[in-house]
Amino acid sequence: MLAKRIIPCLDVRDGKVVKGVQFRNHEIIGDIVPLAQKYAAAGADELVFYDITASSDNRVVDKSWVSRIAEVIDIPFCVAGGIKTEQDAKEILMMGADKISVNSPALRDPSLISRLADVFGQQCIVVGIDSFYDKETGLYQVYQFTGDENRTQQTKWTTFDWIKEVQRRGAGEIVLNCMNQDGVRQGYDIAQLQKARAVCNVPLIASGGAGEISHFADVFKQADVDGALAASVFHKGIIEINDLKQTLKNQNIEIRLC
Amino acid sequence: MSVDKTMMNVIVDTGCANLSSVKFAVERLGFKVTITDDITLIKNADKVILPGVGTAKHAMANIRAKGLVETLQNLTQPVLGFCLGMQLMCDSSVESSDGEKVECLGIIHTDIIPLNAENNRLPHMGWNTLTSVTDHPVFQGINIGDYFYFVHSFAAPISEYTLATCQYGSSFSAVIAKDNFIGCQFHPERSSKLGSKIIKNFLELAL
Repeated sequence: MLAKRIIPCLDVRDGKVVKGVQFRNHEIIGDIVPLAQKYAAAGADELVFYDITASSDNRVVDKSWVSRIAEVIDIPFCVAGGIKTEQDAKEILMMGADKISVNSPALRDPSLISRLADVFGQQCIVVGIDSFYDKETGLYQVYQFTGDENRTQQTKWTTFDWIKEVQRRGAGEIVLNCMNQDGVRQGYDIAQLQKARAVCNVPLIASGGAGEISHFADVFKQADVDGALAASVFHKGIIEINDLKQTLKNQNIEIRLC
Repeated sequence: MSVDKTMMNVIVDTGCANLSSVKFAVERLGFKVTITDDITLIKNADKVILPGVGTAKHAMANIRAKGLVETLQNLTQPVLGFCLGMQLMCDSSVESSDGEKVECLGIIHTDIIPLNAENNRLPHMGWNTLTSVTDHPVFQGINIGDYFYFVHSFAAPISEYTLATCQYGSSFSAVIAKDNFIGCQFHPERSSKLGSKIIKNFLELAL
């Protein structure tokens, strides 16, 4: 059976892995390559590298770390951040990434998704969505430029409409980052992910809120996501991947043990 | 048996994007390998790896443009295909943006068709288990229940060429083979230790 995926996410800034709380106040966690190696060896099913400054800075970013990762790890990995054109995507895939993820550039020009899917195949095109639940209006709203708090802004899209739109345009996978939960370790946004699941026919990855092992069990059992992404719980050693996978397996969740 | 790690191994440059991950996977095992579309180098190689991601239509167009069709069809040394590389070995594929049937290399006589995933989501993406494995030197040490990394929406149906199977909604070929040609639907280069084992078994095949 297809296993549920455990996906450590490494936010990258200037070649270092960083972590902030609710997208703010980033602190340096460590170097990319040894962390990537450590997670692959520990049993991660996939890794995601988010170059969190790229979209907002509008600059050419040094991506040579992508091939340094590809050289050493033997599990799939996805690179996100700053991919605005087919050429950007090609460069990163040629360096050895398995998938590329687009977020703000796809909001500016949704046709980017279809163009990327046509050239590289739907299977390697991931769309990342930063979604904020507005308690006042009761609406889930898509935000862009979330890597930079001065530029973070609400878009015209509601989350579930955008999920439908990106699938129509050829997204092969969706990572839904629930901003209210990000970095605070209070659990995934099950209610939102259930609603997303109902309109998402491609693989759906939960992001934002993992704090303890039971949060992973909950999101797999209650929201039927294909993978769960987390950062700080792994970086800070709060959860060991082996323990996590064994516990989930014991609860009859389909998991690849290493 | 001591293995000559100076054997000439090539990765066929199909113009697809995952060439460097395949190269790195071979190099991590301590073997030398060259990415090439040079007909002479490919013909004279000891082992040939045929990688591929994307659509059959795009990859076959590249292979035709490079004049590699006959060269690949007539290889007599061991050839290992990964994912789309496996699919290219078959007679045809319907994986193209307009859904039309694409003629492939016609080495293994089976056709690539949409994966019948029943109510499961597509693409079939992630780690899945083998549901059967036939004895074969390249799959020595690989067992039923072992996980490999799959990313695809099209597949080879079960046929006389099937060497291993996987299930996702329905059963399909995880590995096919004919004579010196072997193809994996999954990505050994991204399938952790067991994927490396397959690549190592292949590179250590006696000639």
